Amino acid sequence: MKIVVCIKQVPNTNEIRIDPIKGTLIRDGVDSIMNPDDKAGLETALELKDNNPDTTITVITMGPQQATAVLREAIAMGADDAVLLTDRTFAGADTWATSLTIANAIRKIGFDLIVCGRQAIDGDTAQVGPQIAEHLSIPHVSYVSAVEHKGDYLIVKREFEDFYQRIKVPTPCLITALSSMNKPRYMRVGRIFDAYRNLEIKTMGQVDINVDAEELGLKGSPTKVRKTETKQAKKSGVVLELDAKDSAEKIIKTLAEKYII
Amino acid sequence: MNNELIKKVMVFVETRNDVIQTVGLELIGKARDLADVQNGQVIAVVLGDKISEQDAQDLIIHGADQAIIANHKLLKTYMNEPYTQVLVNIMQDVKPDSALFGASTIGRDLAPRVSARLHTGLTADCTGLEIDEVSGLLLMTRPAFGGNLFATIICPDHKPQMASVRPGVMQKKEKDDSRQGQITFLDIELDSSALTYEVLEEVAIVKTKKNIEDANILVSAGRGVGNPANFNKLHDLANSLGAAISGSRAVVDAGWIDHAQQVGQTGKTVRPEVYFALGISGAIQHIAGMEESELIIAINKNPEAPIFEVADLGLVGDVNQIIPELVKALNNLKELKKNN
Repeated sequence: MKIVVCIKQVPNTNEIRIDPIKGTLIRDGVDSIMNPDDKAGLETALELKDNNPDTTITVITMGPQQATAVLREAIAMGADDAVLLTDRTFAGADTWATSLTIANAIRKIGFDLIVCGRQAIDGDTAQVGPQIAEHLSIPHVSYVSAVEHKGDYLIVKREFEDFYQRIKVPTPCLITALSSMNKPRYMRVGRIFDAYRNLEIKTMGQVDINVDAEELGLKGSPTKVRKTETKQAKKSGVVLELDAKDSAEKIIKTLAEKYII
Repeated sequence: MNNELIKKVMVFVETRNDVIQTVGLELIGKARDLADVQNGQVIAVVLGDKISEQDAQDLIIHGADQAIIANHKLLKTYMNEPYTQVLVNIMQDVKPDSALFGASTIGRDLAPRVSARLHTGLTADCTGLEIDEVSGLLLMTRPAFGGNLFATIICPDHKPQMASVRPGVMQKKEKDDSRQGQITFLDIELDSSALTYEVLEEVAIVKTKKNIEDANILVSAGRGVGNPANFNKLHDLANSLGAAISGSRAVVDAGWIDHAQQVGQTGKTVRPEVYFALGISGAIQHIAGMEESELIIAINKNPEAPIFEVADLGLVGDVNQIIPELVKALNNLKELKKNN
């Protein structure tokens, strides 16, 4: 089976802070990491390969040169090869244009199964996976928490808020993975050397994917960002420092004023 | 006015086993506001197997002008391809100016697929929707970078302008039984070619805990509670107030509570009458999920904790000392009331 895993390099959003004076994001010193849902997707692919060594895993990411860091990490975890999708015409893409770009690259690479993370922690849209599947006219199942491969189909567990479905989906198909589904393995020492020294990362640009530049990047994006702003928190309440007993009384009084008790 | 020129705001009303989900009514409420500023119409679209006239009427009295119902046995259980096919056909026929979806595990699966097939833009998890007075475009505001930044997105050259909104973010309108609307039942054709995958079984996840979105009072714990033993004592407070327990991502990661009880950007959005933020510092991701609560009471040792910026009552102190005092005081109060 040929598996393509889509991964994204994201800032660790837990570390992002706002400059209270300028009202801008402070990104200095914030790590870039492999998006957690994507890493779970990669682990799932690696587990399928553990069970069936006749499997190849290609990881792909779209981004600037520095995004090769997550591709090397994926190789060190056990992926077979890596593709960086990078081109000036890709810049500023929304989910529609991003998914079109990645879908066309994957079509060139060839696949039986595409694995994406459910969503990325910087955008939280959960849109690119299903949209890649639509561009390729293949079925997709999102919110997947378990996968079994059986011949020419998969049995997957698809999570909803208060129930789950067990789904039989034929390959070729796409799934999006939940980070809760597994604990991704560490990089293997032997592979780290390959990943950082020997491996040549393949790059693909607009010419390679053969899509009109009008359909890519900012130009090809139906949505545009009109403006961005940092969050203004509401200020209304009081902050008091009292001993425990008085604190409790203050709470009681407040609850009573609002007819809660 | 020419019918083609009337701005239509479409709402995809989600159903589960033919039961209309509240998020659909919330979106109809928002769609009503959007339609009213441009003399437009709200079109509610419902897919299911046995959706009734009564169900449709319920959408009308909550603010829809039209309800379009597509019943088919293949639509009883959610599967993305049959839903996409039927919905895309309806949307190509209705030609809405904008289309709203609930950002549930169904809407977040369906809307991207529909938007890609229609070649239009989709903005996920919007927290604000309004019409631009000058251009008439839908201004879709959403959090990014874990809620650190808010972006306003437009979709100027493609229609419909699609947006998803998480459950609990918008508010449904009060019922107006006098409202009249048009109800249409569609005859739809779907064959097995729409079955791109097969649902082998559907299994309910038994939840022993109360759904935190439905709780009137939430006792919510953060890292500052310290350890599981202290955390367990919070149940006394919850029991005393009839509250549900929730928490920040930190305590979910620590395994004290399930992900289903997590409040915040990557958890649930809640707006209870009272929200106790106990030992929660108030990362912006957390605040995004609870700031609409009616009354926010925060306890934290750190006077600089950002949670105090959104709290109605902030107390600087040790949760593990204040809460036992509070439980004691509440119990005393109950005794008093009983004796009177």
